[in-house]
Amino acid sequence: MKTIPIPLHQVKRGSRLIISEIPDGRAKAQLIRLGVVKGEFIRCLERLPGGTIVIQKHRQEIAIGVALARSILVTYAAPENPSKA
Amino acid sequence: MHNQTDTGPFQPASPEHIEKHRHVGLDVSETEVHGLSVALVGNPNVGKSLVFNYLSGMYVDVSNYPGTTVELIKGHYKAYDIHDTPGVYGISAFTAEEAVTRDIVLSADIVLNVVDAVHLERDLFLTQQLIDMGKKVAVILNFMDEVKTLGLRIDTKLLSSYLGVPVFETTATTRTGFDQLDDALLQARRGEQDSSLHHKLHTMLSVTGSEAEALLILEGDEATALRHGVATGHDRELLYIGRRNRVNIVINAVLSETNTRTRLATLFGRWAVNAWTGIPLLLLALYLIYLFVGKLVAQDVVSFTESTLGKNLWEPWIQGIVTRFISPSSWLGTILVGEFGVVTMTVTYLLFLLLPLVIAFYLSLAIMEDSGYLPRLATLVDRSLNSIGLNGAAVIPLILGFGCVTMATITTRLLGSEREKTIAAAILQFAIPCSAQLAVVAALLAGAGFGAILIYSITIFIVFVAVGTVLDRILPGATTPLLIDLPPMRLPRLDNVLRKTTYRTYFFMKEATPWFFAGALGVGILQVTGLLTVWQNLLAPLTTGWLQLPREASTAFVMGMVRRDFGAAGLYVLALKPHQVVVALVTITLFTPCIASLMVMLKERGWKEALMVWTGTWVVAFFVGGVLSQILI
Ligand SMILES: Nc1nc2c(ncn2[C@@H]2O[C@H](COP(=O)(O)OP(=O)(O)OP(=O)(O)O)[C@@H](O)[C@H]2O)c(=O)[nH]1
Ligand SMILES: [Mg+2]
Repeated sequence: MKTIPIPLHQVKRGSRLIISEIPDGRAKAQLIRLGVVKGEFIRCLERLPGGTIVIQKHRQEIAIGVALARSILVTYAAPENPSKA
Repeated sequence: MHNQTDTGPFQPASPEHIEKHRHVGLDVSETEVHGLSVALVGNPNVGKSLVFNYLSGMYVDVSNYPGTTVELIKGHYKAYDIHDTPGVYGISAFTAEEAVTRDIVLSADIVLNVVDAVHLERDLFLTQQLIDMGKKVAVILNFMDEVKTLGLRIDTKLLSSYLGVPVFETTATTRTGFDQLDDALLQARRGEQDSSLHHKLHTMLSVTGSEAEALLILEGDEATALRHGVATGHDRELLYIGRRNRVNIVINAVLSETNTRTRLATLFGRWAVNAWTGIPLLLLALYLIYLFVGKLVAQDVVSFTESTLGKNLWEPWIQGIVTRFISPSSWLGTILVGEFGVVTMTVTYLLFLLLPLVIAFYLSLAIMEDSGYLPRLATLVDRSLNSIGLNGAAVIPLILGFGCVTMATITTRLLGSEREKTIAAAILQFAIPCSAQLAVVAALLAGAGFGAILIYSITIFIVFVAVGTVLDRILPGATTPLLIDLPPMRLPRLDNVLRKTTYRTYFFMKEATPWFFAGALGVGILQVTGLLTVWQNLLAPLTTGWLQLPREASTAFVMGMVRRDFGAAGLYVLALKPHQVVVALVTITLFTPCIASLMVMLKERGWKEALMVWTGTWVVAFFVGGVLSQILI
């Protein structure tokens, strides 16, 4: 398990992640509304060739463009905890 | 195409219906009943428009992607003025639609907050914000059917006591629970505000006089602050995080999961955004649409309707009747039943050529919209669209453009920045043929062979990319990154698909018909006065010299200025070689947008942009058409 934050657009597909930083601005406000905030668990569902990322938070799937994903820092979390995603 | 008043894209299905509603069970006078203003507010794609359609008896589009409703729509129900609003994740003014929703929330007496019960984590944030604003709120807890199938349990009573407002369970697609909407309107009340807010709110309250506005100013809403002449607060993030935490507590208490199942639809959704499976899926979808629209309808159905019904039955019949009274060689005869006859050619084009194809296009679009595929397509092509200054979200207006460019231009509102709106609107006007135009294109290309289809598509695609690239270079600013939530994939509901197709087709035909008749009349008059020959001679260097088409092709360009599809139809009567067909179709596809579209451009994007696009289309159409002609012919 790594603990050094990495940018979201570089994470492995299928990995479980903890958000460690979201840059200030509109995107941050929008992400807070969607429930994606610092310290929350998310899962990376898909990483498209250009770096567009699809994440899952609970039952919600969210697509994030590479320019934004690049500025969101995450760390890998312990794999699968059967009850939570 | 659609009207642009504040009643939205669609007029009431029947005024009588509204009248009936307005007076049900009420003995009060008109002035008294027009007091209460109700706003249907919720996250995007939660069923607000379904509730609105039910209450108002009107029709507004319902689709499975966030951002279907982009403007305020007003209807009536009993004593209430009901407003359908663009979906928002919170009250603020990050985008133009958010500002629309903010304003109506501020002025509304009652807020019906529609909530997607499957996505409480997301939706309750807005609910809590509405409550914090001190509005009278009732929560419509929708999607109860999916709550069951997904094995979720929600303690509605507990939720209601946490929020301090009544909560009503519904399933909007089957109208289950809609009998409680009356109660919801009556019982809406102020809820449990976040207690840590009180102090801050009260300080600001002395300035604004309304809690709602006080909160918005604290959260940094500039327009509201400006209105009251105070500085915006800097606490947005703090307040947002506090609200997020509060919502998480509520959810932990009221929501439990009994089992988790992955549905087939969910898997489909995942495949659609995977690079390996997504592209084959996209190709498959395109191929199915081609089979349905391009093969079945454009060839088989249209050949029956156009030649059998139109050319062999309708035209001789109506000619027979008209020529009984008017000589076919007289000027009136020419206008009515001649080459561009108002009752011959025009009727055949409209009813027997365009109508079947427009229906087919709208049907395909409706299925795509309702399946939840469009936001996934947006994700798949996000990176490619970045290179022309757009993000994936632009795929939605661009695809809708294949239905009606005019309508799609309005949908560009859902894009994140002015820059993106400008690029998307320009691409729509330059390079996206609408359904009616494609109808004629498909019919003509079908005869010219596969090579012709390929050359046509590639050329249009190159122009598409070129327009985007050039604008991306010259416009200042940067593209906003994609950030959209992906709605669940669902099997489209037949009733909604059919209703949507019917309404859209109806409005399309209603819009197109007068222009076609006026256009035919105009061309007919040009013909009998000899002005058509003058015009043909005037344009001859372009048409015969540069494009290498017969000189009669310039007639199509006159017609094209009225509507592009009408222009394409004008090519129908010409005897063209396959290569000429391609050149002519490319030119007319890229030619000026139809008048209705130009009007919407004026309104949405301003006269400068509209004028630039209009003149630009002349240059691009003839330039590209000519180059193609020099290469091919
Ligand atoms: N299964 C199910 N589907 C629903 C329910 N309510 C709405 N839908 C579907 O959800 C989608 C969105 O419905 P709309 O009425 O367009 O939602 P909206 O809130 O107006 O969306 P925007 O205008 O984009 O903000 C449509 O595909 C509906 O068929 C429900 O209770 N159950
Ligand atoms: Mg809507």
